[in-house]
Amino acid sequence: MLDLTRKEVLERKALRINPCKICQPVGAMYCALGVERCMPHSHGSQGCCSYHRTVLSRHFKEPAIAASSSFTEGTSVFGGRSNINTAVKNIFDIYNPDIIAVHTTCLSETIGDDLGSYILDMDIPDGKLVVHCNTPSYVGSHINGFFNMMMGFMNYLTKKSGTCNGKTAIFPGWVNPGDLREIKRLCAMMGVDIICFPDQSGVMDAPMTGKYEMYPNGGTSVAQIRALGDCAGVLGLGEITNVEPVQLLEKKWKVPGKLLKAPIGVRFTDEFLMELQHVSKQEVPSSLETERGQLVDLLLDSHAYTFQKKVALFGDPDTVEGLTSLCLEMGLTPKYVITGTPKEDFARNVNALFERYHAEGCVVKANADLFDLHQWIKNEPVDLLLGTTYGKQIAKAEDIPFVRAGFPVLDRYGHTLQPIVGYRGAIRMVEKITDALMTRLERDSSDEDFEIVL
Amino acid sequence: MEQRNILKERRNSIAVGGKGDGSGFACEKQSVSGAVSQRACVYCGARVVLNPITDAYHIVHGPIGCASYTWDIRGSLSSGSDLYRNSFSTDLRETDIVFGGAKKLTAAIDELMETADPRPKLIFVYATCIVGVIGDDIEAVCRMTEEKYGIRAIPVKAPGFSGTKSQGYQLACNAILELMRPHIPQPESEPVTAPAGEPVATGGTAGVESASHATGGAAGVPETAGKPALVAGVGSASPAGGGAAGMAVAPGKRFGINILGDYNLAGEMWIIKGYMAAVGIPVIATITGDSSYDKLIQAPTASLNIVQCAGSAVYLAESMEAEMGIPYVKVSFFGVEDTCASIVRVADALGDPDVSARARAFVKERSAQVMPIIERFRPKLEGKKAAIFVGGGYKAISLIRQFNELGMRTVVVGTQTGKKDEYEVIGSIVQPDTIILDDANPAELEQFMLEKEADILVGGVKERPLAYKLGIAFCDHNHERKAPLAGFEGIDNFVREINASINSPVWRYLDKNIEKAKAAGAA
Repeated sequence: MLDLTRKEVLERKALRINPCKICQPVGAMYCALGVERCMPHSHGSQGCCSYHRTVLSRHFKEPAIAASSSFTEGTSVFGGRSNINTAVKNIFDIYNPDIIAVHTTCLSETIGDDLGSYILDMDIPDGKLVVHCNTPSYVGSHINGFFNMMMGFMNYLTKKSGTCNGKTAIFPGWVNPGDLREIKRLCAMMGVDIICFPDQSGVMDAPMTGKYEMYPNGGTSVAQIRALGDCAGVLGLGEITNVEPVQLLEKKWKVPGKLLKAPIGVRFTDEFLMELQHVSKQEVPSSLETERGQLVDLLLDSHAYTFQKKVALFGDPDTVEGLTSLCLEMGLTPKYVITGTPKEDFARNVNALFERYHAEGCVVKANADLFDLHQWIKNEPVDLLLGTTYGKQIAKAEDIPFVRAGFPVLDRYGHTLQPIVGYRGAIRMVEKITDALMTRLERDSSDEDFEIVL
Repeated sequence: MEQRNILKERRNSIAVGGKGDGSGFACEKQSVSGAVSQRACVYCGARVVLNPITDAYHIVHGPIGCASYTWDIRGSLSSGSDLYRNSFSTDLRETDIVFGGAKKLTAAIDELMETADPRPKLIFVYATCIVGVIGDDIEAVCRMTEEKYGIRAIPVKAPGFSGTKSQGYQLACNAILELMRPHIPQPESEPVTAPAGEPVATGGTAGVESASHATGGAAGVPETAGKPALVAGVGSASPAGGGAAGMAVAPGKRFGINILGDYNLAGEMWIIKGYMAAVGIPVIATITGDSSYDKLIQAPTASLNIVQCAGSAVYLAESMEAEMGIPYVKVSFFGVEDTCASIVRVADALGDPDVSARARAFVKERSAQVMPIIERFRPKLEGKKAAIFVGGGYKAISLIRQFNELGMRTVVVGTQTGKKDEYEVIGSIVQPDTIILDDANPAELEQFMLEKEADILVGGVKERPLAYKLGIAFCDHNHERKAPLAGFEGIDNFVREINASINSPVWRYLDKNIEKAKAAGAA
């Protein structure tokens, strides 16, 4: 498996091998699926849309709907105006969404399609909406696409009525439906009235009813997005994903904003709850204190098996930073931490974590790929690999226990229904990680050392 | 049931089967803007055909997405190199788009040549949408690479917008031809003798056994069977042409076939190779499942091409016939009827009576073995209604026949890229009221599956969740199949998969079935 990977690391400037990122449009598509009765629309070639839908379907095991402008040779010469006009008409006629969220592709960006003016000139049926954002695939990663689409919605729809609605806007970042449900539960328990944007729960974890709903019951409504400008404040969970959306609300509508870490692990969840407490002025309910206590109890019970075990983490910046923090809380050493997204803030944030826990000899890199990671592991191995499905080849090649988390996870079921955020999410991750380490311990132990009780 | 509107532009792409000759049926067209089409693009077509070439370095020249999405997706297995399971790309950035990406591509190839071990023999460079627009001259970069390093570097100009997935297949076929051309035997040369140590399979069923083992079908498989390399080399080497008593092998050719249009999903190529070994037909190159540079360049010496996936490889077969004088036959190894017919057809086409006789005996024996399986499951499946939505028309035809063998009826059949003549065949073998769709979208699939009360859908990754949401069973007959569905082994797997999904206990928990059961109980 992966016989190509050698120990000798040669610096690459032009060649990307085994990427740890995807392109912007898929992020825009996932974001748009978190809006109620919304049809995401890919303004580009047919393949883009098909690939994005496929990867989303494979991760969520759900239908992921989206339409495409289906560019042709002619479009690439004469521009995509007539394609988008036809597409919007067809989509409203046939699929009847409330809103179409258009994102661009490398192709439509390069031929210079001006979607803003196309949409302005369009015949849009009464009560229906079309919004857009620019998602050039050659800038950033799928994470940029995700927040660019958020800003697309907000640029078109947000208003300020002059009266504050008293709600807190929560930007959850790119997380699974299981995480969204947990974030909303925590907010409700803390007595904070929120607008969660976007919100794929209900849409990408729809229950089996025997009926196919093109727009399942879920997603942030257009009215809720409009009301974001009237919110009392906004909390961005994930500093890298949400920096620009939070700034937008601050600058455009003077909504005071705060960036927090993705609430993964003890400390980052504590920080999130303290912020919620600050908003609602309510005491943390005892049931949440119990959850926290259970998590700390679990960390204590299992610490002998995790202490100074080396782990390599990879995936999207905010998720990986949160998981790194949790690993450090477990006593693990995050030997290698990478993201494919080119954001240097990621390295700064993770280095701060290394310092806080005096973790030595650890490496962090943004804009990295899995070939880098694999080569490092060949030079100095780790005890655990934690990341997306694309790590499975490395795990097999190097015989390393592997725990899946992040996006995409293409080869397991049920994971999107469960959280990794909050104390409950942390309990779930600690169980998964210790299970993986202890299963390995038992596999490798001799008959004499093999015990019933651990 | 709620009747959805059908897009006006799509009305000619939907037919009710059995009637007419298919004239006026609109297929082989671009998708309609705004339709939620299940189709991919030109690049995707080229990529899926070439990706299974195991020891090639496939460099995707474009922004990262096109490389990410096609990284190790096909499920094509390899008995040798695993280079093709890595993802290589130039990950183009904004400055590259502004100033041109050719320099970065050249640098990427240089870095690859500097670092890669084994040293590349063959590189494919794929141009994606944006490269088509900014005009990077990837042909020049490839030419320079060939000169500088003395390797093959083949450009595949596959901007996604330049047609449909079928055009991508054609581009891939052209790339393969490009690779083969320097190796076409000259007309004056003698029939090729198999090089020493180059095993040419003859007789015996050992190959078949290895094939089924290699795909992990049977329990108690010996450890070594996981490595399928044995399949190719069963039996003793025989001089080329020697397998053919009295059969004249053309100059420069040898007695043996190339298998085109099989991608070794779940090890299906190994099954087919096993059958060929069993009846004494040497396989020279496989295109492209489990193929390698060294094998592909021998392909021009074959005396016959057999074509499994017609959609992707007929163009290649026709070109090889024109340029290299290799005739071809279309085959399908899906279902008893088509598998048996195909093995016999290939044997007969080679013109060796011994081989033909062995083929007949072989299919008789193997189909007799598989019939009990069909008979066993038939009562559980008889009368059930199937919907088919697959890539090519030829596979759809095989599937309709396979369902017929099981006593099931095909009520909806659609393809992404079926050809007119294939739709004609489909029209002639389905029920008069079967719905036929070209490039269907989810709304249409849903409408017709519900209207026709399909019990199972056979499709690909994007159709699976749709079927499940509708409470309809599902069988993946695309890239995500995990058990081989080809050949006699595949019949066993197919029948079991269909049965497992249709008769799973999970359906009992569906509201609509609970209501049905209650109604039945009350009656």
